[in-house]
Amino acid sequence: MAEYKFHILVCGGTGCLSSNSHEIADGLKDAIKAAGMEEEVKVLQTGCFGFCEKGPIVKVLPDNTFYTQVKPEDVNEIVSEHIVKGRKVNRLLYVDPENEKHISDAKHMDFYKKQMRIALRNCGFIDPENIDEYIGRDGYQALAKCLTEMTPEQVIEEVKKSGLRGRGGAGFPTGLKWQFAHGYQADQKYVVCNADEGDPGAFMDRSILEGDPNSIIEAMAICGYAIGASQGRVYIRAEYPLAIQRLEIAIAQAREYGLLGDNILGTDFSFDIQLCFGAGAFVCGEETALIHSMEGQRGEPTIKPPFPAENGFWNKPTNVNNVETFANIPVIFLKGADWFSSIGTEKSKGTKVFALAGKINNVGLIEVPMGTTLREVIYDIGGGIKNGKKFKAVQTGGPSGGCLTEKDLDTPIDFDNLVAKGSMMGSGGMIVMDEDDCMPSVARFYMEFIEEESCGKCTPCRIGTKRLSELLKDITGGKGTMEHIAELKRVSQVIRDTALCGLGQTAPNPVLSTLAHFEDEYIAHVKDHTCPAGKCTALLKFKINPEACKGCTLCARKCPVGAISGEVRKPHTIDQAKCIKCGACMDNCKFGAITKN
Amino acid sequence: MACNCAKGADKEKYEQLDAFIASLPSTQGELIRVLHTAQGIFGYLPKEVQIYVAKKLDVPVSKVYGVVSFYSFFTMKPKGEYDISVCMGTACYVRGAENVLNEIKNQLGIDIGDTTADGKFSLRTLRCVGACGLAPVVMIGDKVYGRVTPDMVSGILAECK
Amino acid sequence: MAKIKSLEELKKIKEQAQQSVSLRVKGDNIENLVQVRVAMATCGIAAGARETMNEFIKVLNEEHMDNVVVTQTGCMGYCYAEPTIELTMPGKEPVVYGNVDKNKVHEIVEKAIKGGEMLDGIIPVTHNTVE
Repeated sequence: MAEYKFHILVCGGTGCLSSNSHEIADGLKDAIKAAGMEEEVKVLQTGCFGFCEKGPIVKVLPDNTFYTQVKPEDVNEIVSEHIVKGRKVNRLLYVDPENEKHISDAKHMDFYKKQMRIALRNCGFIDPENIDEYIGRDGYQALAKCLTEMTPEQVIEEVKKSGLRGRGGAGFPTGLKWQFAHGYQADQKYVVCNADEGDPGAFMDRSILEGDPNSIIEAMAICGYAIGASQGRVYIRAEYPLAIQRLEIAIAQAREYGLLGDNILGTDFSFDIQLCFGAGAFVCGEETALIHSMEGQRGEPTIKPPFPAENGFWNKPTNVNNVETFANIPVIFLKGADWFSSIGTEKSKGTKVFALAGKINNVGLIEVPMGTTLREVIYDIGGGIKNGKKFKAVQTGGPSGGCLTEKDLDTPIDFDNLVAKGSMMGSGGMIVMDEDDCMPSVARFYMEFIEEESCGKCTPCRIGTKRLSELLKDITGGKGTMEHIAELKRVSQVIRDTALCGLGQTAPNPVLSTLAHFEDEYIAHVKDHTCPAGKCTALLKFKINPEACKGCTLCARKCPVGAISGEVRKPHTIDQAKCIKCGACMDNCKFGAITKN
Repeated sequence: MACNCAKGADKEKYEQLDAFIASLPSTQGELIRVLHTAQGIFGYLPKEVQIYVAKKLDVPVSKVYGVVSFYSFFTMKPKGEYDISVCMGTACYVRGAENVLNEIKNQLGIDIGDTTADGKFSLRTLRCVGACGLAPVVMIGDKVYGRVTPDMVSGILAECK
Repeated sequence: MAKIKSLEELKKIKEQAQQSVSLRVKGDNIENLVQVRVAMATCGIAAGARETMNEFIKVLNEEHMDNVVVTQTGCMGYCYAEPTIELTMPGKEPVVYGNVDKNKVHEIVEKAIKGGEMLDGIIPVTHNTVE
């Protein structure tokens, strides 16, 4: 085996690949070959490093140099300066926004300092397409331990003791779920991994599958051993081609090593995994809907009970866990349930991965211990609000979640605290909004999404979400009244009380939560016909400041509907009834005399 | 019925689909997988293909149509030569994806889900592609355009020749 | 790829595979490790710095000294004493050695790294490394 002195890791996550990281990896390989150092330097593509804002990321080891926003044309300099001469390329290093110093080791960046990587432990560290690298990081040791030293009951007990709760949404205790599935007798049982990440703005599951697919395979096998299943299925979105490809490679390699298949590690336990492709339906995140979709049908949920643990895929006992939940399993067995439960808060153990996005400086994938406050996440890790704007709200839990505001910034994040604040953990999307975001419009955005994604099976969700989105359209379109607000509340309540599945019951959350925090903004829309954030164009009023207007007539000539009138060299005025709020006048005014609000 | 539509230029495509269906150990529960393959082969799922699949899998056409219309990934209209997808994930939305989408609609004169008359462009929206660091994101085929503003739209469309 | 049939076989593969990722594990933990930085500018390489670096890696592997990481750096400015290396014990100030040939490598590993002694050949440091 060649004795490599350097490893160059290039991020191969979707975000970085979109900015040509593949070309960068190839370029590095060529440049190293040209320098005659291919025996000394290994270039490999890994999963997501998380710091997507600064991508593409290139990391040089062992000196742990973290290059940001690398372009294909930078590769020669990296090789000729850093690799050959040992001089770091300063201009590609991360610059600390506070003191403008270059930071070369990621550990010293605020973005990484408060993070703790358990589920993402191998993302950005190993080559996801090489099972040996996973094994070199203690991979499959947890499975070996379970199979050779523990009974299924002990495995379940260990997961229960760890306090791990489902990372997909509601936070149900994982060990208890396994126990239920274990308790039913059947000739066949199934382990299902829910990788149908449908929450817009969440990409943690995809990043884990792309960066560390073997950890999911190992965890599913452990679960299979615990509940007595020999068959596993990964239900994955067809829109994730890279995750599918990496998972397929990992499954093939695990089969070759006999880590999947018959008599794993010489024991009498057999387990294999197949992929099932989703086809884009948000509701398929709900486990009964997901199971119907796996059976080739419309992904419509059914009433629980019976729970999948009793009657699931092909009517057999089935255990469904989400990707991130599974990613935590091997570590629990390697380091012990006690170690795991020492992290986090009283009722929420371990860490949580969040996809941090929106109006924030450091967009990316982060993992923090449960109990970290929103302030730490948004200001320390996230680097604060973009362009120095004022923080307004953060939406957690996706369309089923809710928003948290300034006063919640110091709340420790865990399952129960978020619910108490009227939101939820959900899958972990975290969208930050600033003063320019109009909350009724945000609610409208989510309602349109849910309306479109409602499976249509039950009336409250199918019709109710349509009514909600119509009401919101009226309000943001300047046609709202106080009755609209009352009606929003009433319909929301009905949907929450009567919808069939968890997704339906939580569907009104965006409305209820924005109303709870920002009712004054709704009232401003319907009573004063203004949008405080200046987002709703139908409510905008363009005005000419008579003191600043020179009467040049340019705006009147540019106005497409002839709404502006006035004499030459005298202040002009806008006829609000004619104005279509196109903003052409404001764009063209040379004196800054036109304002909108 | 099935043999009637399996003619002309599409013959090979139907044969390809037949071969895939034949390779499955059992067709039970495989409707979605078959439709994925069919869409891969034909580019979209017109009525004839849906009827053909129903026959091959021995399920009612209504069930096939029910599944095709349920999932957003399946489309019953042919895509354009350049298939434009605008990400409408939340991160892209708050960074102005709606304005970009409207600009594209205006310039192409088509709505979401439509294809231009010359078959050159089709327009779709999709949920998060996961490139939130580059929000708002527009994809044309496999190429990703990041941090797109309405001003950039005409330039991006002009690249497609 | 042969099938892994027992825990022992899995452990064997793990040991082999560990080597390929150990460099990265070290990089992640670099502050707590002994660091040997070899000056690899043109003049250093001409004076045999590459051989010096290879010798370090070889000796450290033979001795299974996982707590040491060897990296390279640019010209340190001591042209009269190439090859030069900078040795940093965890929590201590770096020390620069000049004229490090193969024999000196062994001496540094045995006495300076294992024994924590100061050896002859130390060059007084005249610069600060910008991190």
